[in-house]
Amino acid sequence: MNFPGNIFGYLRCLGAKWFRRSHLADEMEDEVRSHLEHRADDLARTGMSRAAAERQARIEFGARGRYREESYQALGGSLIQGVFQDVQFAVRILRKSPGFVCAAVVTLALAIGANAVVFSIMNAFVLRPLNVPDPQSVYELQHGDEASGYESYPNYLDIRDRNHTFDSVMASNILPVGLDSGENPTREWVVEVSGNYFDGLQLQPYLGHFFHATDEHGPNSAPYIVLSHAFWHTHFQDDRGVIGRVVQVDRHPFTIIGVAPPGFAGTLLFFNPGFYVPIVNHSQLGVNDMNARESRWIFMTMGRLKKGVKPAQAMADLNAIGAELRRSYPKQVGNMTFSLASPALYGDYLGKPVKAFMAGLMLLAALILLAACANLGSLFSARAADRAKEVALRLALGSNRRRILRALFTEAILVSLLGGAVGLLGSVVLLRALSAWQPFPRWPIHVPVNPDARVYLVALMLTLASGLLFGAVPVKQILHANPYEIVKAGSMGRAGGKISLRDVLLVAQIAICAVLVTASLVAVRGLAHSLHDDFGFRMDNTMLVDTDLSTAGYPVDRVPAMQKRMIETLETTPGVESVGLNDNVPLGDGSEDTTVYTDATTALEPVNAACHPTVYSVSPGYFHAAGTALLQGREFTWHDDQGAPRVAIVNPEFARKLFGSPENAMGRFFKLRDGARAQVIGLVEQGKYLALTEAPQPAIFLPILQNPSTNTWLVVHSNRDPVPLAQAMRKRLQQLDPGLPFYIQPRIGEMDPILFGPRMATMALGVMGMMGAMLAITGVFAMAAYSVSKRMRELGIRIALGARRREVLLSALGRAFKLLAVGSGTGLLLGILASRVLAMIVLKATPDDPLVLTGAVLAMAALGLVATWIPAQRALGIDPMTLLREA
Amino acid sequence: MGDQAQILPGTLDLLILKAVSLGPLHGYGVLLRIGQISGQALLIEQGALYPALFRLVRQGLLTADWGISENNRKAKFYELTVAGRKRLGEELEGWNRLAAAMSTALDARPEEV
Repeated sequence: MNFPGNIFGYLRCLGAKWFRRSHLADEMEDEVRSHLEHRADDLARTGMSRAAAERQARIEFGARGRYREESYQALGGSLIQGVFQDVQFAVRILRKSPGFVCAAVVTLALAIGANAVVFSIMNAFVLRPLNVPDPQSVYELQHGDEASGYESYPNYLDIRDRNHTFDSVMASNILPVGLDSGENPTREWVVEVSGNYFDGLQLQPYLGHFFHATDEHGPNSAPYIVLSHAFWHTHFQDDRGVIGRVVQVDRHPFTIIGVAPPGFAGTLLFFNPGFYVPIVNHSQLGVNDMNARESRWIFMTMGRLKKGVKPAQAMADLNAIGAELRRSYPKQVGNMTFSLASPALYGDYLGKPVKAFMAGLMLLAALILLAACANLGSLFSARAADRAKEVALRLALGSNRRRILRALFTEAILVSLLGGAVGLLGSVVLLRALSAWQPFPRWPIHVPVNPDARVYLVALMLTLASGLLFGAVPVKQILHANPYEIVKAGSMGRAGGKISLRDVLLVAQIAICAVLVTASLVAVRGLAHSLHDDFGFRMDNTMLVDTDLSTAGYPVDRVPAMQKRMIETLETTPGVESVGLNDNVPLGDGSEDTTVYTDATTALEPVNAACHPTVYSVSPGYFHAAGTALLQGREFTWHDDQGAPRVAIVNPEFARKLFGSPENAMGRFFKLRDGARAQVIGLVEQGKYLALTEAPQPAIFLPILQNPSTNTWLVVHSNRDPVPLAQAMRKRLQQLDPGLPFYIQPRIGEMDPILFGPRMATMALGVMGMMGAMLAITGVFAMAAYSVSKRMRELGIRIALGARRREVLLSALGRAFKLLAVGSGTGLLLGILASRVLAMIVLKATPDDPLVLTGAVLAMAALGLVATWIPAQRALGIDPMTLLREA
Repeated sequence: MGDQAQILPGTLDLLILKAVSLGPLHGYGVLLRIGQISGQALLIEQGALYPALFRLVRQGLLTADWGISENNRKAKFYELTVAGRKRLGEELEGWNRLAAAMSTALDARPEEV
């Protein structure tokens, strides 16, 4: 009682100050007192006693409340004062039922909070534009046939120089580098950008200056670094003297020339690079030949549209260039069409699923709010019925219905504002934590989702709208109230068997809750299942060590020897069973695909490709270490090198695509992208490569010595929990080369990015399901409590006449149970239907699972039990004697 | 109370302005003055007087100030402003026209029609 009392006291005080009302009220009271004293003086002069005279004076004056109200109106404050009066009245009424207020505020706080959080995330991901001047005219040049923006450097140059529709076309590429600024070398993520990048985005440096297109004078001509503001802050402690400093990047000297503005963290929304380096220096940071037209290594190209040019015109322009390039370089360039997309979420690649997911989440949040409103609506109308006598009296005494409705709405809005404020406060705390959260430690990925003015506005609108919505539920009840009947009968009760709006609302709410409970159970089960699935490699007792040898400055010719030494070093670490090397790991965060041709193909052009398998370069012993079963043939050996015939190990899907069936594949030949013939010497089990939910994909494995790569993933299998091994492995690798930055993690850790979507979906559903359950509990509770309190007398009579506990319960709560059953049934059915959609995000999410069904039914039953427990106790605890005496 | 007449709607403001025009008055004094000048014939509900006074103050026809009354008590005195005096004139003229018209109308006899 004390807690809400304090709040209300404070609010009232605040309100009084705000409207300067207390001063006015004091003056009015003074004037009435003066009037009464003068009148009493006159009356006393006629011989009345002073006390009698004062009494008479008060009687003559009439109702003071009316005087006050009319005076306020006369003083012109009618609107504000009226509202204030309403508020004051509402506060007084609400103070009388702190339990009701708390329940309503908590319910609404949850619902509004959920909406604020979801909207804030959507705001950050989808609605907020890129933080550059005139963001609307910056587009990613996305491929027409797939949601990606990859491009080769020569193609980029041609697009940049030949188009007529863009002011500038920029290129950017993400890669890890080894940064040595005097301390231990660390691995940092950087963005290689074309010289026109900052100018094209129309950015101004925070400190120093940017590099420009005019700085590009051929390969490795611009060894400059522009730091991101955050990296400058964390790694250089805001040191302004950093400009002009020379640091080692992949063991090449680079000069820091500037710091980017604080609001700009790259053109990819979620990716926060440490610094920017000119793309012309690419060959110092990677082994790719940047001038190979067939190698599409640039992550993304972007353009800023010329003023007045429509996206469609630009697309036509780009497609014309694409066709031209295709004609000039048929061997290197495939089908080349373009569409324009927003660069923030890498075009449609992330943009589409993120938008769909956010829309789904927003819909769910809206459902929660709707459920909360339904809930509060029935709470309010139950209250209106409870207060029937009061309302009837006020009507009978001449108050008009409009006035009473206004009071009801004021109460509703007051409760909703309180709930909205609490909810918003909670969501701000949560969003702060989310903004600082970095889900994948290997990647500089985080998104600031702090709420802005738009979020606050939406929260306020939602709060007011829901207040009006649930405030409107009891309106009909009030409008149709007949004061005479109510005062006579004592309640605004409804006819026995009729289905009321309140029942429908409650059923809808229980159904919504059941949908959420079912869906979240399905998702949790699916996620648990999917982690025990067979991915074609071992998950437990396995660690991954990854590095890119180019970040330590290894020239291509020294890479294989170093890789072999790394394998040997780790193999001799105590506890390690086997070690294998791969240039990318399946279900990891990188992958490469290639183009292959049948052995009979002579015109090696992309259009004649037989298949586009994922390709891995692996060391001898890789399959053994990774736990991938070799079905036929042999593993690679260290003799499968540049001098030996080209060989490959393939998976069943690839064999099926190229040779008709896995049995046919052994010993057969196919042609690689460069035209070399490779012989199939082994067949390994089918695995998952890019996504948990993918259909069987073709994949080939090539010997690392024949297909070298600086990208190095070492799969370390040990005979015990490998985590304690990490220390020993780190030490040994550092002894091998102290300047080599690398990263060690358990196998499952590398799957974080792939599991991120399903995990988030499951968590979101779980949270929503829990909130739905809480809402349904309050809803059923309100209904049951109401129905018991309305029928106290009847139940008392039944008990007095010898009714048993079961019968009492049935008659008191039968309706609640019936509604619960109908709602749960409907909800379960809808939930099962909705779960089919879920299966697209969460592998193995299927509602055809006895555990899910029992779980959902049990959850709903438990929910019913919790919600009706107190009313049931109350019904059973009725003492007929007391009741009859009171009546 | 049988010999006291209910005042016509809309005439309360006029009566107050008239009463105050005869000299500054506090609220209770306005009541007494109206009784006095109407020969105790007009009854004004005490509670209704103040809203009317506040309204007139807000319209700028009256000013209000706290002072000490003849009974040696604190009281708020009302005084006519220039605008109030002008309004009183207009209202009086309007009332006289209405009264004349009313009495002519009510004096009408069948032969005059």
